[in-house]
Amino acid sequence: MSALLEVEDLRVTFPTPTGPFEAVRGVSFSLGRERLGIVGESGSGKSLTGRAVIGLLPPNARLSARRLAFDGVDLLGADARMLRRLRGRRMSLVLQDPKYSLNPVLRIGEQIAEAVRLHRGGSAREARRRALGMLEAVRIRDPERAMRLYPHEVSGGMGQRIMIAMMLAPEPDLLIADEPTSALDVTVQMQVLAILDNLVAKRGMGLIFISHDLDLVASFCDRVLVMYGGRVMEECRARELASARHPYTRGLLDSLPRIDRPRELLPTLSRDPAWLDPA
Amino acid sequence: MIRVEDLEVTFGAGRDAVRAVRGVSFAVAPGESFGLVGESGSGKSTVLRVLAGLNTRYRGVAEIGGIAAGRGDRRLPRLVQMVFQDPYGSLHPRHTVDRALSEPLEIHGIGDANARVARALEEVGLGPAFRFRYPNQLSGGQRQRVAIARALMLEPKVLLLDEPTSALDVSVQAEILNLLKRLRASHRLTILLVSHNLAVIAHMCDRLAVMNRGAIVEEMDSEALRRAAPREPYTRQLLLASRGYDRAVAAGLVTYD
Repeated sequence: MSALLEVEDLRVTFPTPTGPFEAVRGVSFSLGRERLGIVGESGSGKSLTGRAVIGLLPPNARLSARRLAFDGVDLLGADARMLRRLRGRRMSLVLQDPKYSLNPVLRIGEQIAEAVRLHRGGSAREARRRALGMLEAVRIRDPERAMRLYPHEVSGGMGQRIMIAMMLAPEPDLLIADEPTSALDVTVQMQVLAILDNLVAKRGMGLIFISHDLDLVASFCDRVLVMYGGRVMEECRARELASARHPYTRGLLDSLPRIDRPRELLPTLSRDPAWLDPA
Repeated sequence: MIRVEDLEVTFGAGRDAVRAVRGVSFAVAPGESFGLVGESGSGKSTVLRVLAGLNTRYRGVAEIGGIAAGRGDRRLPRLVQMVFQDPYGSLHPRHTVDRALSEPLEIHGIGDANARVARALEEVGLGPAFRFRYPNQLSGGQRQRVAIARALMLEPKVLLLDEPTSALDVSVQAEILNLLKRLRASHRLTILLVSHNLAVIAHMCDRLAVMNRGAIVEEMDSEALRRAAPREPYTRQLLLASRGYDRAVAAGLVTYD
């Protein structure tokens, strides 16, 4: 069985007045039906990596890769029609802020039903039934009522669960979640993660979970890529992240304040320019 | 140094009234560092805004150094200053660092601005090279350093910090927390820190209060939090949830009203 997603030597470049700037510099990984975490600080290229996979880079970005394939389909050579068929229906993207991702003038029920019909076809009634089912699956308390609401009438945590319901309604095989819970309170965050966890376990979905939160990724994912300066510094099993070897990963872990380990001052990270040298 | 008693804040009126702060009381001694922790909507930031004089409609007692907050007393700005969460939003985009730091001195008629600005930059770990830069030429961490320097220009005794590192990367967060600890010692500051992050509060504060839905759930010292010995179930749940993902914990979450 081939991997769900294969990425080899992925590069994303932006033109700047001082010459091209390479934001993602030769990233390679493969994904099965598992939870893969990508962690890094701002500017590490983790979000661009996720967006490159689904083909939603800013228009001025240039993408190149030796191989970029989803379920055996070469995404680099695919035409726009092929990409449209995959995107949304088989690969989906959840972003951090539901405020900017939901259509403010469309009722929530209509938005989810629209996603279902667009990608799965079927009658309006069937789409509505599925939308209701998805809202139930993400534990919205009164889904009938939620269907009638506009995005501004729901809380941040509820909006994020609605986003997830909408992205999952077409039953994608791959979900890319970019900081899906960073704006949420810890308890709501746990509930949203439990939903994603169930979907991976039950439906065999592949999940790329992009986050700046090392502890969260270590506790939630199966495997982790640690990125810095557009490169993968280290790849390890999530459970073993605490004993990671790379000085960057170690530095990040050390710089976190810990409740059970009081220290007067926190060690700060010193960055080694050699980390950015081509491997 | 800080005294809050039976503080009540209500937003809106009539049917839409929201009681954002409900009978909150606590006291912070001079030189102490006190934390307010809670989830969104718990009222923690509103308490801070009342003390900073940004929210003048409140009932009850909110005093700093014996002076009531938000009642127009001109002595307060020199006694208490605030640092906000978003270093991108809290600096004027068209003012240089120099102007941001000189302004409080001008307003309060303090001379010797040149030397004071240079010293303030030095103290927050930014060299003289940063003095005539604009905010868009600074990173998030550097901006937060400027915001801290600005808060210290009037040499206040009390610093109010609203999620000062939540918008920053963890490595930058460590640098800012270290800086705040050093400044606290060198300026003998009293600190009131608001955060949703229990680990940050435990690291920075001697004592803390946990807030939920506008009220204080419990108050304890950081040592008790470290021993994982909170009394209230709400705090225990918060502590569990902040340790990372756990399927069993997620399944057992309860909503506390």
